[in-house]
Amino acid sequence: MLAVEVSHIAKSFADKVAVDNLSFSVNQGEMFGLIGPNGAGKTTTIRMMMDIIKPDSGQVTILGEKLNEDTKNRLGYLPEERGLYKKLQVLDSIVYLASLKGLDRHSATEKVNELLNQTGMSANKNKKIEELSRGMGQIIQFIVTIVHDPQLLILDEPFAGLDPVNTELLKGMLADLRNQGKAIILSTHQMNQVEELCDRILMINNGQDVLYGILSEIKARYRGNSVLVDFKGELGEAPGVTSRRNHKGYTELMLDSKTTPQQILAYLINRGMVINRFEVATPSLNEIFLKEVGKKS
Amino acid sequence: MNKTLLIFRHEFLQMIKRKGFIILTLIVPVLALIGIGIFQLVSTDEPPLVDTVIVGYVDETGGFDEFTTQGYIELVHFGTADDATAALINSDVSEYFIIPSDYLSTGVINRYTLERQLETPPAIATGIKNFLTSNMLTNKVPPETIYRIEYPLALVTTRLTETGEVATEQGGYGNVIIPAIFSLLLALSLQASSIYLVQGLGDEKENRLIEVLLSSVSPRQLLTGKILGLGTAGLVQVVIWLASLPLLLNLASSTIGGFFGTIQLPANFVVLGVIYFILGYLLFASLSAGVGAISPSAREGQQLSMIYAMLVYVPLWFASFLFIFPGSPIWSVLAIFPVTAPITVMLKLGVTGIAAWELAASLSVMVLSIIGALLLSVKAFRVYLLMYGKRPSWGEIIRSLRSG
Repeated sequence: MLAVEVSHIAKSFADKVAVDNLSFSVNQGEMFGLIGPNGAGKTTTIRMMMDIIKPDSGQVTILGEKLNEDTKNRLGYLPEERGLYKKLQVLDSIVYLASLKGLDRHSATEKVNELLNQTGMSANKNKKIEELSRGMGQIIQFIVTIVHDPQLLILDEPFAGLDPVNTELLKGMLADLRNQGKAIILSTHQMNQVEELCDRILMINNGQDVLYGILSEIKARYRGNSVLVDFKGELGEAPGVTSRRNHKGYTELMLDSKTTPQQILAYLINRGMVINRFEVATPSLNEIFLKEVGKKS
Repeated sequence: MNKTLLIFRHEFLQMIKRKGFIILTLIVPVLALIGIGIFQLVSTDEPPLVDTVIVGYVDETGGFDEFTTQGYIELVHFGTADDATAALINSDVSEYFIIPSDYLSTGVINRYTLERQLETPPAIATGIKNFLTSNMLTNKVPPETIYRIEYPLALVTTRLTETGEVATEQGGYGNVIIPAIFSLLLALSLQASSIYLVQGLGDEKENRLIEVLLSSVSPRQLLTGKILGLGTAGLVQVVIWLASLPLLLNLASSTIGGFFGTIQLPANFVVLGVIYFILGYLLFASLSAGVGAISPSAREGQQLSMIYAMLVYVPLWFASFLFIFPGSPIWSVLAIFPVTAPITVMLKLGVTGIAAWELAASLSVMVLSIIGALLLSVKAFRVYLLMYGKRPSWGEIIRSLRSG
């Protein structure tokens, strides 16, 4: 059973098309990146998935069925801009929101205490939300998202505003959740996090699908025929190298279509050069993002 | 537990824990008890001590020399106006008056004082009048007649029913006082409940918590739970006030007596008080839900809600007009117009009573308005709840409500 199946959804507001015939699916136990520039339609897509707004056309299936009260209870959502009841105590706030996900008060309190311990936030459980720092508030909001043990998590910019320590804490918790078989949708601008965490991605722009599939395959598709080399010695006229570009600490060698990276590596070794680094040049997701978004706009 | 019930419980508990709510709820019975307590502490069986006021007079007519004690006013004779003026400046007298030689033909009395006054204090005027009357009539008519001329009537009015029996409600200020106080409290309660609803929605919208809530519950569950939770808290407040009124009245009437002994609760007052709170609240809550949905922030929502929240006070602003012109058709209009109906009906119950047709029309219009406001608000709630930033223009709102 797929965690999410979105089929040809579309949504317009007044004269603006926010989402245009978008289809994708998310598997159980995978971390899925939903990326795109501001105003691309990510939030509208997420809201349609959660049945907060209705699509003009198309279908959304969550955990094998149309979203209903039961499936809402198995879904955790972390919105981009965080907010909780400022005047409420941390424990009361999380327990109330957990109860709206179907948890009884006793189980919710037990689970909240466990998660507060895990995140090192136990000392703050009787504080009012307004007394917490922004980063602490983020962690509490993340606990609200996972307290009811959801099968599907939708996280909008989960790392925004977190310090490196809490970012690592969150990454570790997300990895654990994926290993437990949860499906996680990560909507973010931080491409390095997507590269590090996600198995598959969907890139959208102007409400349309730009790139969709397994991340490693997408990156391979964008790979150019060049290598990055840090070496000592004289390179000379290397066969198959059409041009070279010097960067700080390494040189990029552009190869012709008949030459492979392995042939260049063999050539360098045969010449007895000292090689500190040899890497097949692969564009980062950020470069792919900029290229695709730039192309469309 | 049902999710609507969970939201209801949360909103109810949060509302009754608010300091403002607790203060407003308890202030009425507590202030009344404090008032009764203070009265008991300071009251004694002896009449209160009042300082004697010395008033001088110059008699140019002659014959005004008896009855110089009028209540707490002591009248002192002076031979000339100059003597009286000197006594006034020396503070030997608080004021003086001259009975001119042509008094019997003109009736003019010239009064002199150092104080700046809007008019002659009634006690002084009555004292001078009785002094003059007593002196002019003494030895001409019996003392009882002089007394009756000075105090000619004590008017006792009895209201009869259409069958000629003595009516249970005799009217007068004793009948008005409780509805008037309750009207003010009802207005405050309605205003507070709707402001809290707008503020709650505004806060949840402003901090985006609304998205987390809507990922757990439907807009219908959220709206129903909120309206019922806040409404029940408001109802608890009104019921506490209404339940405390008969107890406080009994206590005040047995302790203080006097005017408090004449205070009555109009028939059906408690029942109609509860009914009009519920209907008034549902109307205001429906409007507030719509306002909360279209407003980008709690502050802007509160500003918008003040438009109708202030209208609830209109009948109170003109309450004195109701006492002077109780039969004016304006009161029937205000009793039927939904936003002003709860307060107007409460006031009318105390002053003139309310006709059956007025009550029927008022209740019908209220119910229809609630249904209309609720339908529009639910539409606005669906369309605008997740729209942030600038508030949509009225034109846009009307267009989207029309298109649904």
